[in-house]
Amino acid sequence: MQNLQMELLQILKEDCRLPLEQLATMTGVSLEEAAAAIADMEKKGVILRYSPVINWDKTARERVEAMIEVRVTPQRDQGFDAIAERIYRFDEVKSVYLMSGAYDLLLLVEAPTLKELAFFVSTKLSTLETVTGTATHFVLKRYKSEGIIFEDGKEDKRLVVMA
Amino acid sequence: MSFSPSSYLNQEILNVPKSGIRKFFDVAQTMPNAISLGVGEPDFITPYHIRNAAINSILDGETQYTSNWGLLELRQEIAAYMKERYHLTYDPGKEVLVTVGASEGIDLALRILINPGDEVLVPQPSYVSYAPGVVFAGGKAVPVSTDASNNFVLTPEAVLDAVTEKTKAVILPYPNNPTGGILDREALEKLAKIFVEKDLIVISDEIYAELTYNKEGHISIATLPGMWERTIVINGFSKAFAMTGWRMGYLCAPAAFCDVMCKIHQYTIMCAPRQGQVAALQALRRGREDGWQDVEQMRNSYNQRRRLMVKAFRDMGLECFEPLGAFYVFPAIPKVGLTSEQFCERLLKEMEVVAVPGTAFGESGEGHIRCCYATALDLLNEALDRIARFVQKL
Ligand SMILES: Cc1ncc(COP(=O)(O)O)c(C=O)c1O
Repeated sequence: MQNLQMELLQILKEDCRLPLEQLATMTGVSLEEAAAAIADMEKKGVILRYSPVINWDKTARERVEAMIEVRVTPQRDQGFDAIAERIYRFDEVKSVYLMSGAYDLLLLVEAPTLKELAFFVSTKLSTLETVTGTATHFVLKRYKSEGIIFEDGKEDKRLVVMA
Repeated sequence: MSFSPSSYLNQEILNVPKSGIRKFFDVAQTMPNAISLGVGEPDFITPYHIRNAAINSILDGETQYTSNWGLLELRQEIAAYMKERYHLTYDPGKEVLVTVGASEGIDLALRILINPGDEVLVPQPSYVSYAPGVVFAGGKAVPVSTDASNNFVLTPEAVLDAVTEKTKAVILPYPNNPTGGILDREALEKLAKIFVEKDLIVISDEIYAELTYNKEGHISIATLPGMWERTIVINGFSKAFAMTGWRMGYLCAPAAFCDVMCKIHQYTIMCAPRQGQVAALQALRRGREDGWQDVEQMRNSYNQRRRLMVKAFRDMGLECFEPLGAFYVFPAIPKVGLTSEQFCERLLKEMEVVAVPGTAFGESGEGHIRCCYATALDLLNEALDRIARFVQKL
Protein backbone atom coordinates (compact mmCIF):
# COMPACT_ATOMS: atom_id res chain seq x y z
CA MET A 1 0.00 0.00 0.00
CA GLN A 2 1.17 3.54 -0.64
CA ASN A 3 2.96 5.49 2.06
CA LEU A 4 0.25 8.12 2.22
CA GLN A 5 -2.43 5.56 2.94
CA MET A 6 -0.31 3.90 5.61
CA GLU A 7 0.38 7.23 7.24
CA LEU A 8 -3.30 8.16 7.16
CA LEU A 9 -4.21 4.83 8.74
CA GLN A 10 -1.72 5.39 11.53
CA ILE A 11 -3.17 8.81 12.29
CA LEU A 12 -6.79 7.65 12.03
CA LYS A 13 -6.08 4.69 14.28
CA GLU A 14 -5.17 7.18 17.02
CA ASP A 15 -8.06 9.55 16.38
CA CYS A 16 -10.55 9.03 13.58
CA ARG A 17 -12.41 12.23 14.33
CA LEU A 18 -9.72 14.55 12.98
CA PRO A 19 -11.05 16.80 10.23
CA LEU A 20 -9.95 15.97 6.70
CA GLU A 21 -8.17 19.30 6.42
CA GLN A 22 -5.99 18.46 9.38
CA LEU A 23 -5.21 15.00 8.01
CA ALA A 24 -4.08 16.62 4.77
CA THR A 25 -1.89 19.14 6.59
CA MET A 26 -0.32 16.50 8.80
CA THR A 27 0.61 14.29 5.87
CA GLY A 28 1.71 17.20 3.69
CA VAL A 29 -0.74 16.61 0.82
CA SER A 30 -3.68 18.51 -0.64
CA LEU A 31 -7.21 18.12 0.65
CA GLU A 32 -8.16 16.30 -2.55
CA GLU A 33 -5.31 13.81 -2.30
CA ALA A 34 -6.11 12.99 1.30
CA ALA A 35 -9.81 12.62 0.52
CA ALA A 36 -9.09 10.36 -2.44
CA ALA A 37 -6.72 8.16 -0.43
CA ILE A 38 -9.30 7.70 2.31
CA ALA A 39 -12.17 7.10 -0.13
CA ASP A 40 -10.05 4.47 -1.85
CA MET A 41 -9.43 2.65 1.42
CA GLU A 42 -13.12 2.80 2.31
CA LYS A 43 -14.09 1.44 -1.10
CA LYS A 44 -11.60 -1.41 -0.89
CA GLY A 45 -12.73 -2.34 2.59
CA VAL A 46 -9.40 -1.44 4.20
CA ILE A 47 -11.30 0.92 6.45
CA LEU A 48 -14.49 -0.84 7.53
CA ARG A 49 -15.86 1.66 9.96
CA TYR A 50 -14.95 4.46 12.36
CA SER A 51 -15.90 3.32 15.83
CA PRO A 52 -14.80 4.29 19.33
CA VAL A 53 -12.85 2.01 21.64
CA ILE A 54 -15.11 1.53 24.64
CA ASN A 55 -14.18 0.38 28.09
CA TRP A 56 -17.49 -1.33 28.95
CA ASP A 57 -16.31 -2.04 32.46
CA LYS A 58 -16.78 1.63 33.20
CA THR A 59 -20.39 1.58 32.01
CA ALA A 60 -23.47 0.31 33.80
CA ARG A 61 -23.95 -2.39 31.21
CA GLU A 62 -23.76 -5.95 32.55
CA ARG A 63 -21.74 -8.16 30.31
CA VAL A 64 -19.76 -11.40 30.29
CA GLU A 65 -17.13 -12.30 27.77
CA ALA A 66 -15.56 -15.64 26.95
CA MET A 67 -12.94 -16.97 24.60
CA ILE A 68 -14.20 -20.25 23.18
CA GLU A 69 -12.01 -22.77 21.43
CA VAL A 70 -13.98 -24.79 18.92
CA ARG A 71 -13.02 -28.01 17.17
CA VAL A 72 -14.91 -28.70 13.96
CA THR A 73 -14.95 -31.17 11.09
CA PRO A 74 -14.04 -29.25 7.95
CA GLN A 75 -16.41 -29.76 5.07
CA ARG A 76 -15.50 -30.95 1.64
CA ASP A 77 -15.07 -28.05 -0.85
CA GLN A 78 -15.75 -25.38 1.74
CA GLY A 79 -13.11 -26.11 4.35
CA PHE A 80 -13.76 -24.07 7.47
CA ASP A 81 -15.47 -21.12 5.81
CA ALA A 82 -19.00 -22.44 5.87
CA ILE A 83 -18.94 -23.43 9.52
CA ALA A 84 -17.19 -20.19 10.44
CA GLU A 85 -20.01 -18.30 8.80
CA ARG A 86 -22.67 -20.33 10.61
CA ILE A 87 -20.95 -19.32 13.81
CA TYR A 88 -20.22 -15.66 13.13
CA ARG A 89 -23.83 -15.01 12.20
CA PHE A 90 -24.77 -15.30 15.87
CA ASP A 91 -25.05 -11.84 17.49
CA GLU A 92 -23.33 -13.11 20.62
CA VAL A 93 -20.17 -13.85 18.63
CA LYS A 94 -17.97 -10.76 18.43
CA SER A 95 -14.86 -12.21 16.76
CA VAL A 96 -13.98 -15.42 14.98
CA TYR A 97 -10.48 -16.57 14.06
CA LEU A 98 -9.28 -19.69 12.22
CA MET A 99 -6.34 -20.97 14.24
CA SER A 100 -3.37 -23.26 13.82
CA GLY A 101 -2.78 -25.79 16.60
CA ALA A 102 -4.92 -27.93 18.87
CA TYR A 103 -8.29 -26.48 17.88
CA ASP A 104 -9.72 -24.83 14.78
CA LEU A 105 -11.72 -21.73 15.57
CA LEU A 106 -11.32 -19.19 18.34
CA LEU A 107 -14.38 -17.12 19.23
CA LEU A 108 -14.84 -14.07 21.37
CA VAL A 109 -18.39 -14.32 22.66
CA GLU A 110 -20.33 -11.80 24.67
CA ALA A 111 -23.61 -12.09 26.59
CA PRO A 112 -25.41 -10.10 29.30
CA THR A 113 -25.05 -12.81 31.94
CA LEU A 114 -23.11 -15.96 32.63
CA LYS A 115 -26.24 -17.99 32.32
CA GLU A 116 -27.02 -16.67 28.90
CA LEU A 117 -23.50 -17.28 27.72
CA ALA A 118 -23.61 -20.87 28.97
CA PHE A 119 -26.96 -21.25 27.28
CA PHE A 120 -25.47 -20.02 24.01
CA VAL A 121 -22.68 -22.59 24.16
CA SER A 122 -24.85 -25.53 25.09
CA THR A 123 -27.82 -24.90 22.83
CA LYS A 124 -26.55 -22.92 19.86
CA LEU A 125 -22.86 -23.64 19.44
CA SER A 126 -22.37 -27.25 20.56
CA THR A 127 -25.42 -28.39 18.67
CA LEU A 128 -24.05 -27.41 15.27
CA GLU A 129 -23.48 -30.71 13.48
CA THR A 130 -19.85 -30.06 12.47
CA VAL A 131 -18.78 -28.87 15.93
CA THR A 132 -16.98 -31.73 17.67
CA GLY A 133 -15.90 -30.00 20.86
CA THR A 134 -15.64 -26.67 22.69
CA ALA A 135 -13.64 -25.22 25.58
CA THR A 136 -14.93 -22.02 27.17
CA HIS A 137 -12.63 -19.57 28.99
CA PHE A 138 -14.30 -16.67 30.75
CA VAL A 139 -12.60 -13.28 30.56
CA LEU A 140 -11.96 -11.94 34.05
CA LYS A 141 -10.35 -8.62 33.17
CA ARG A 142 -9.32 -6.82 30.04
CA TYR A 143 -5.92 -5.13 30.38
CA LYS A 144 -5.15 -4.20 26.81
CA SER A 145 -7.08 -4.44 23.61
CA GLU A 146 -6.28 -3.30 20.06
CA GLY A 147 -3.04 -1.83 21.33
CA ILE A 148 -4.78 0.32 23.91
CA ILE A 149 -3.95 -0.15 27.57
CA PHE A 150 -7.20 0.20 29.46
CA GLU A 151 -5.93 1.43 32.80
CA ASP A 152 -3.29 3.73 31.37
CA GLY A 153 -2.38 6.81 33.38
CA LYS A 154 -2.07 9.75 30.99
CA GLU A 155 -0.20 11.95 33.40
CA ASP A 156 2.52 14.06 31.79
CA LYS A 157 5.65 13.76 33.87
CA ARG A 158 7.65 16.40 32.01
CA LEU A 159 8.75 19.77 33.34
CA VAL A 160 6.35 22.36 31.96
CA VAL A 161 9.08 24.72 30.84
CA MET A 162 12.55 23.77 29.74
CA ALA A 163 14.97 25.53 27.46
CA MET B 1 32.41 42.88 60.01
CA SER B 2 29.62 40.48 59.06
CA PHE B 3 30.23 37.41 56.93
CA SER B 4 29.11 37.96 53.35
CA PRO B 5 29.02 34.76 51.30
CA SER B 6 28.66 36.48 47.96
CA SER B 7 31.93 38.34 48.41
CA TYR B 8 33.71 34.99 48.13
CA LEU B 9 32.10 34.00 44.87
CA ASN B 10 33.59 34.06 41.42
CA GLN B 11 32.47 37.32 39.80
CA GLU B 12 32.38 35.97 36.25
CA ILE B 13 30.05 33.18 37.29
CA LEU B 14 27.91 35.49 39.42
CA ASN B 15 27.45 37.73 36.41
CA VAL B 16 25.99 34.99 34.22
CA PRO B 17 22.22 35.57 34.27
CA LYS B 18 19.96 32.77 35.44
CA SER B 19 17.72 31.23 32.83
CA GLY B 20 14.81 33.61 32.18
CA ILE B 21 12.12 30.98 32.06
CA ARG B 22 11.91 30.20 35.74
CA LYS B 23 9.06 32.62 36.35
CA PHE B 24 6.93 30.98 33.66
CA PHE B 25 7.55 27.71 35.36
CA ASP B 26 6.37 29.04 38.71
CA VAL B 27 3.20 30.61 37.32
CA ALA B 28 2.32 27.61 35.13
CA GLN B 29 2.66 25.30 38.13
CA THR B 30 -0.35 27.00 39.72
CA MET B 31 -2.61 26.49 36.66
CA PRO B 32 -4.01 22.99 36.37
CA ASN B 33 -5.58 23.71 32.97
CA ALA B 34 -2.52 25.25 31.43
CA ILE B 35 -1.24 23.60 28.27
CA SER B 36 2.49 23.71 27.97
CA LEU B 37 4.23 24.22 24.67
CA GLY B 38 7.23 25.16 26.77
CA VAL B 39 8.60 21.67 27.23
CA GLY B 40 11.97 20.72 25.81
CA GLU B 41 11.72 16.97 25.51
CA PRO B 42 9.83 14.23 23.66
CA ASP B 43 6.27 13.33 24.68
CA PHE B 44 7.11 9.68 24.09
CA ILE B 45 8.42 7.65 26.94
CA THR B 46 11.53 5.57 26.34
CA PRO B 47 10.63 2.48 24.25
CA TYR B 48 9.79 -0.49 26.48
CA HIS B 49 12.56 -2.78 25.25
CA ILE B 50 15.10 -0.13 26.25
CA ARG B 51 13.62 0.30 29.73
CA ASN B 52 13.56 -3.45 30.10
CA ALA B 53 17.24 -3.80 29.24
CA ALA B 54 18.10 -1.45 32.11
CA ILE B 55 15.82 -3.32 34.53
CA ASN B 56 17.44 -6.63 33.63
CA SER B 57 20.87 -5.13 34.08
CA ILE B 58 19.97 -4.06 37.61
CA LEU B 59 18.51 -7.49 38.38
CA ASP B 60 21.67 -9.12 37.05
CA GLY B 61 23.70 -7.13 39.54
CA GLU B 62 25.45 -4.86 37.05
CA THR B 63 25.99 -2.19 39.65
CA GLN B 64 29.67 -1.36 39.19
CA TYR B 65 31.60 1.48 37.56
CA THR B 66 32.30 1.13 33.88
CA SER B 67 35.45 2.23 32.09
CA ASN B 68 35.90 6.02 32.26
CA TRP B 69 35.24 6.11 28.54
CA GLY B 70 32.01 4.13 28.87
CA LEU B 71 31.26 0.46 28.11
CA LEU B 72 33.36 -0.67 25.16
CA GLU B 73 30.37 -2.40 23.52
CA LEU B 74 28.48 0.87 23.71
CA ARG B 75 31.33 2.85 22.18
CA GLN B 76 31.61 0.27 19.41
CA GLU B 77 27.90 0.54 18.80
CA ILE B 78 28.13 4.36 18.77
CA ALA B 79 30.98 4.22 16.25
CA ALA B 80 28.93 1.86 14.05
CA TYR B 81 25.94 4.17 14.37
CA MET B 82 27.93 7.27 13.39
CA LYS B 83 29.26 5.37 10.39
CA GLU B 84 25.88 4.06 9.26
CA ARG B 85 23.81 7.18 9.87
CA TYR B 86 26.26 10.03 9.27
CA HIS B 87 29.19 8.53 7.34
CA LEU B 88 31.58 9.46 10.13
CA THR B 89 34.45 7.21 11.13
CA TYR B 90 35.64 7.16 14.74
CA ASP B 91 37.79 4.67 16.60
CA PRO B 92 35.69 3.36 19.52
CA GLY B 93 38.91 2.85 21.48
CA LYS B 94 40.02 6.47 21.60
CA GLU B 95 37.68 8.74 19.67
CA VAL B 96 34.34 8.12 21.39
CA LEU B 97 33.55 9.24 24.95
CA VAL B 98 30.28 8.45 26.71
CA THR B 99 29.06 11.48 28.70
CA VAL B 100 26.31 12.47 31.11
CA GLY B 101 24.04 13.90 28.44
CA ALA B 102 25.09 16.14 25.60
CA SER B 103 25.20 18.73 28.37
CA GLU B 104 28.42 17.33 29.78
CA GLY B 105 29.77 17.07 26.25
CA ILE B 106 29.26 20.80 25.68
CA ASP B 107 31.03 21.58 28.93
CA LEU B 108 33.98 19.28 28.22
CA ALA B 109 34.50 20.55 24.69
CA LEU B 110 34.59 24.15 25.86
CA ARG B 111 36.87 23.43 28.80
CA ILE B 112 39.59 21.67 26.84
CA LEU B 113 39.74 24.39 24.19
CA ILE B 114 39.52 27.65 26.04
CA ASN B 115 42.51 29.48 27.40
CA PRO B 116 41.75 32.60 29.47
CA GLY B 117 40.33 35.29 27.20
CA ASP B 118 39.72 33.03 24.19
CA GLU B 119 36.58 33.84 22.23
CA VAL B 120 33.96 31.39 21.08
CA LEU B 121 31.33 32.26 18.49
CA VAL B 122 27.82 31.38 19.62
CA PRO B 123 25.17 31.65 16.90
CA GLN B 124 21.86 32.76 18.38
CA PRO B 125 19.00 32.12 18.92
CA SER B 126 20.29 28.85 20.35
CA TYR B 127 20.17 26.49 23.28
CA VAL B 128 20.79 28.26 26.57
CA SER B 129 23.90 26.41 27.74
CA TYR B 130 26.54 27.49 25.27
CA ALA B 131 27.29 31.06 26.31
CA PRO B 132 27.32 30.30 30.07
CA GLY B 133 29.49 27.25 29.33
CA VAL B 134 32.03 29.45 27.57
CA VAL B 135 32.17 31.78 30.58
CA PHE B 136 32.49 28.91 33.06
CA ALA B 137 35.47 27.73 31.04
CA GLY B 138 37.07 31.17 31.34
CA GLY B 139 36.38 32.33 27.81
CA LYS B 140 34.33 35.02 26.16
CA ALA B 141 31.12 34.13 24.34
CA VAL B 142 30.57 36.17 21.19
CA PRO B 143 26.92 36.02 20.13
CA VAL B 144 26.34 35.93 16.39
CA SER B 145 22.76 36.73 15.36
CA THR B 146 20.85 34.69 12.84
CA ASP B 147 17.36 35.40 11.58
CA ALA B 148 14.63 34.14 9.30
CA SER B 149 16.16 35.91 6.30
CA ASN B 150 19.11 33.49 6.44
CA ASN B 151 17.02 30.51 7.57
CA PHE B 152 18.24 30.99 11.13
CA VAL B 153 21.65 29.58 10.31
CA LEU B 154 25.14 30.93 10.60
CA THR B 155 26.47 32.57 7.44
CA PRO B 156 30.12 32.90 6.38
CA GLU B 157 29.68 36.69 6.35
CA ALA B 158 28.50 36.70 9.97
CA VAL B 159 31.48 34.55 10.96
CA LEU B 160 33.90 36.88 9.20
CA ASP B 161 32.32 39.87 10.96
CA ALA B 162 32.67 38.29 14.39
CA VAL B 163 36.05 36.62 14.13
CA THR B 164 39.05 38.19 15.86
CA GLU B 165 42.54 36.83 16.44
CA LYS B 166 41.26 35.60 19.81
CA THR B 167 38.55 33.44 18.30
CA LYS B 168 39.32 29.83 19.12
CA ALA B 169 36.14 27.97 18.31
CA VAL B 170 32.61 28.17 17.01
CA ILE B 171 29.47 26.43 18.23
CA LEU B 172 27.46 24.88 15.43
CA PRO B 173 24.01 24.26 16.92
CA TYR B 174 22.13 22.54 14.09
CA PRO B 175 19.44 21.24 13.89
CA ASN B 176 18.64 24.20 16.04
CA ASN B 177 16.74 24.60 19.26
CA PRO B 178 14.67 26.90 19.23
CA THR B 179 14.34 27.80 15.55
CA GLY B 180 14.38 24.40 13.81
CA GLY B 181 16.96 25.75 11.36
CA ILE B 182 19.28 23.23 9.69
CA LEU B 183 22.36 23.48 7.52
CA ASP B 184 22.12 22.05 4.03
CA ARG B 185 25.17 20.85 2.11
CA GLU B 186 25.71 24.13 0.32
CA ALA B 187 25.64 26.16 3.53
CA LEU B 188 27.95 23.65 5.21
CA GLU B 189 30.47 23.81 2.39
CA LYS B 190 30.69 27.59 2.58
CA LEU B 191 31.06 27.55 6.35
CA ALA B 192 33.65 24.78 6.32
CA LYS B 193 35.82 26.82 4.00
CA ILE B 194 35.76 29.79 6.35
CA PHE B 195 36.37 27.64 9.43
CA VAL B 196 39.49 26.20 7.85
CA GLU B 197 40.60 29.58 6.60
CA LYS B 198 40.16 31.16 10.03
CA ASP B 199 41.56 28.09 11.78
CA LEU B 200 38.55 27.58 14.07
CA ILE B 201 37.65 24.47 16.02
CA VAL B 202 34.01 23.50 15.57
CA ILE B 203 31.83 22.26 18.41
CA SER B 204 28.94 20.71 16.54
CA ASP B 205 25.89 20.00 18.73
CA GLU B 206 24.03 17.40 16.69
CA ILE B 207 21.66 16.18 19.40
CA TYR B 208 18.66 16.70 17.09
CA ALA B 209 20.30 15.02 14.08
CA GLU B 210 17.70 12.23 13.93
CA LEU B 211 14.89 14.78 13.94
CA THR B 212 15.51 16.26 10.52
CA TYR B 213 12.56 16.51 8.15
CA ASN B 214 14.03 17.14 4.72
CA LYS B 215 14.88 14.51 2.13
CA GLU B 216 18.64 14.58 2.51
CA GLY B 217 18.56 14.25 6.29
CA HIS B 218 21.18 15.52 8.67
CA ILE B 219 24.69 16.13 7.35
CA SER B 220 27.49 16.46 9.88
CA ILE B 221 30.03 19.20 9.27
CA ALA B 222 32.72 16.67 10.20
CA THR B 223 32.14 14.89 6.87
CA LEU B 224 33.33 17.92 4.89
CA PRO B 225 36.89 18.16 3.59
CA GLY B 226 39.32 19.40 6.23
CA MET B 227 36.70 19.35 8.97
CA TRP B 228 36.97 15.95 10.70
CA GLU B 229 40.22 16.86 12.40
CA ARG B 230 38.90 20.17 13.73
CA THR B 231 35.41 19.12 14.81
CA ILE B 232 34.05 17.85 18.11
CA VAL B 233 30.71 16.20 17.47
CA ILE B 234 28.28 16.23 20.38
CA ASN B 235 25.32 13.90 20.35
CA GLY B 236 23.14 11.94 22.74
CA PHE B 237 20.14 9.74 23.33
CA SER B 238 17.78 12.29 24.89
CA LYS B 239 15.92 13.45 21.81
CA ALA B 240 16.33 10.67 19.24
CA PHE B 241 15.38 7.85 21.59
CA ALA B 242 13.20 9.75 24.07
CA MET B 243 15.72 9.21 26.86
CA THR B 244 16.08 12.64 28.49
CA GLY B 245 15.99 11.46 32.10
CA TRP B 246 18.65 8.81 31.55
CA ARG B 247 21.30 11.49 30.98
CA MET B 248 23.14 9.71 28.18
CA GLY B 249 25.25 11.52 25.64
CA TYR B 250 28.52 11.08 23.78
CA LEU B 251 31.35 12.92 22.13
CA CYS B 252 33.15 11.96 18.95
CA ALA B 253 36.39 13.73 18.14
CA PRO B 254 40.00 13.09 17.15
CA ALA B 255 41.95 11.20 19.81
CA ALA B 256 44.00 14.23 20.82
CA PHE B 257 40.79 16.04 21.85
CA CYS B 258 39.02 13.00 23.27
CA ASP B 259 41.94 12.09 25.43
CA VAL B 260 41.87 15.45 27.24
CA MET B 261 38.09 15.47 27.51
CA CYS B 262 38.28 12.04 29.08
CA LYS B 263 40.84 13.35 31.55
CA ILE B 264 38.37 15.92 32.91
CA HIS B 265 35.53 13.40 32.73
CA GLN B 266 37.61 10.85 34.63
CA TYR B 267 38.38 13.22 37.49
CA THR B 268 34.98 14.89 37.75
CA ILE B 269 32.42 12.25 36.73
CA MET B 270 34.28 8.92 36.76
CA CYS B 271 31.84 7.37 34.29
CA ALA B 272 28.31 7.86 32.96
CA PRO B 273 25.68 5.86 34.90
CA ARG B 274 25.91 2.17 34.07
CA GLN B 275 22.22 1.43 33.54
CA GLY B 276 21.93 4.43 31.24
CA GLN B 277 24.74 2.96 29.19
CA VAL B 278 23.05 -0.43 29.07
CA ALA B 279 19.83 1.22 27.93
CA ALA B 280 21.67 3.23 25.29
CA LEU B 281 23.37 0.07 24.05
CA GLN B 282 19.99 -1.61 23.69
CA ALA B 283 18.63 1.41 21.79
CA LEU B 284 21.45 1.23 19.25
CA ARG B 285 21.55 -2.56 18.92
CA ARG B 286 17.83 -2.90 18.32
CA GLY B 287 17.84 0.12 16.06
CA ARG B 288 20.54 -1.32 13.84
CA GLU B 289 18.69 -4.65 13.69
CA ASP B 290 15.25 -3.29 12.89
CA GLY B 291 16.22 -0.36 10.68
CA TRP B 292 15.70 2.31 13.38
CA GLN B 293 11.98 1.74 13.71
CA ASP B 294 11.56 3.54 17.03
CA VAL B 295 13.31 6.62 15.71
CA GLU B 296 11.43 6.51 12.43
CA GLN B 297 8.04 6.29 14.11
CA MET B 298 8.74 9.15 16.45
CA ARG B 299 10.14 11.29 13.65
CA ASN B 300 7.03 10.69 11.54
CA SER B 301 4.80 11.64 14.37
CA TYR B 302 6.75 14.86 15.05
CA ASN B 303 6.74 15.66 11.36
CA GLN B 304 2.92 15.44 11.19
CA ARG B 305 2.58 17.79 14.12
CA ARG B 306 5.26 20.09 12.72
CA ARG B 307 3.26 20.62 9.52
CA LEU B 308 0.15 21.26 11.57
CA MET B 309 1.84 23.90 13.72
CA VAL B 310 3.38 25.82 10.85
CA LYS B 311 0.08 25.97 9.00
CA ALA B 312 -1.83 26.98 12.12
CA PHE B 313 0.49 29.90 12.85
CA ARG B 314 0.45 31.03 9.24
CA ASP B 315 -3.36 30.81 9.23
CA MET B 316 -3.31 33.18 12.22
CA GLY B 317 -1.53 35.64 9.96
CA LEU B 318 1.82 35.25 11.72
CA GLU B 319 5.13 34.83 9.96
CA CYS B 320 6.35 31.35 10.66
CA PHE B 321 9.69 30.06 9.49
CA GLU B 322 9.45 26.45 8.39
CA PRO B 323 11.55 24.45 10.84
CA LEU B 324 13.29 21.46 9.25
CA GLY B 325 14.75 20.04 12.43
CA ALA B 326 14.17 19.43 16.17
CA PHE B 327 10.62 19.70 17.54
CA TYR B 328 9.96 23.40 17.89
CA VAL B 329 8.35 26.14 15.84
CA PHE B 330 9.55 29.68 16.22
CA PRO B 331 6.81 31.97 14.88
CA ALA B 332 7.08 35.75 14.88
CA ILE B 333 4.63 37.45 17.22
CA PRO B 334 2.28 40.17 15.96
CA LYS B 335 3.86 43.61 15.86
CA VAL B 336 1.65 45.33 18.41
CA GLY B 337 4.30 46.71 20.72
CA LEU B 338 4.67 43.69 22.98
CA THR B 339 8.05 42.14 23.66
CA SER B 340 8.14 38.38 23.29
CA GLU B 341 8.38 38.08 27.06
CA GLN B 342 5.29 40.26 27.57
CA PHE B 343 3.49 38.27 24.89
CA CYS B 344 4.26 35.00 26.66
CA GLU B 345 3.30 36.40 30.06
CA ARG B 346 -0.09 37.51 28.79
CA LEU B 347 -0.61 34.30 26.83
CA LEU B 348 -0.08 32.37 30.03
CA LYS B 349 -2.24 34.61 32.24
CA GLU B 350 -5.09 35.12 29.79
CA MET B 351 -5.12 31.85 27.87
CA GLU B 352 -3.23 29.42 30.06
CA VAL B 353 -0.81 28.44 27.34
CA VAL B 354 2.91 28.25 28.03
CA ALA B 355 5.31 29.32 25.29
CA VAL B 356 8.92 30.38 25.71
CA PRO B 357 9.95 33.93 24.74
CA GLY B 358 12.53 33.94 21.95
CA THR B 359 14.81 36.09 24.09
CA ALA B 360 15.47 33.09 26.35
CA PHE B 361 17.73 31.93 23.51
CA GLY B 362 19.60 35.19 22.98
CA GLU B 363 18.67 38.78 22.24
CA SER B 364 18.20 38.01 18.57
CA GLY B 365 15.23 35.84 19.55
CA GLU B 366 13.20 38.99 20.29
CA GLY B 367 9.96 39.12 18.33
CA HIS B 368 9.55 35.34 18.38
CA ILE B 369 8.21 32.64 20.66
CA ARG B 370 9.21 29.00 20.85
CA CYS B 371 6.44 26.41 20.82
CA CYS B 372 7.28 22.76 21.24
CA TYR B 373 5.09 20.39 19.26
CA ALA B 374 6.11 17.24 21.12
CA THR B 375 2.68 17.23 22.73
CA ALA B 376 -0.49 15.19 22.26
CA LEU B 377 -2.49 16.22 19.22
CA ASP B 378 -5.67 17.12 21.09
CA LEU B 379 -3.71 19.40 23.41
CA LEU B 380 -1.86 20.98 20.49
CA ASN B 381 -5.13 21.72 18.76
CA GLU B 382 -6.58 23.24 21.90
CA ALA B 383 -3.43 25.32 22.49
CA LEU B 384 -3.42 26.57 18.89
CA ASP B 385 -7.05 27.51 19.29
CA ARG B 386 -6.31 29.53 22.40
CA ILE B 387 -3.32 31.24 20.77
CA ALA B 388 -5.45 32.15 17.72
CA ARG B 389 -8.09 33.72 19.96
CA PHE B 390 -5.40 35.59 21.88
CA VAL B 391 -3.77 36.93 18.72
CA GLN B 392 -7.18 38.00 17.41
CA LYS B 393 -7.93 40.17 20.42
CA LEU B 394 -4.52 41.85 20.57
C1 LIG C 1 20.49 21.86 21.44
C2 LIG C 1 20.59 21.07 22.69
N1 LIG C 1 21.77 20.57 23.05
C3 LIG C 1 21.90 19.84 24.18
C4 LIG C 1 20.83 19.60 25.01
C5 LIG C 1 21.06 18.79 26.25
O1 LIG C 1 20.76 17.47 26.03
P1 LIG C 1 21.11 16.29 27.03
O2 LIG C 1 19.80 15.83 27.60
O3 LIG C 1 21.74 15.22 26.19
O4 LIG C 1 22.03 16.81 28.06
C6 LIG C 1 19.57 20.09 24.65
C7 LIG C 1 18.40 19.86 25.53
O5 LIG C 1 17.38 20.49 25.44
C8 LIG C 1 19.45 20.85 23.47
O6 LIG C 1 18.26 21.35 23.09
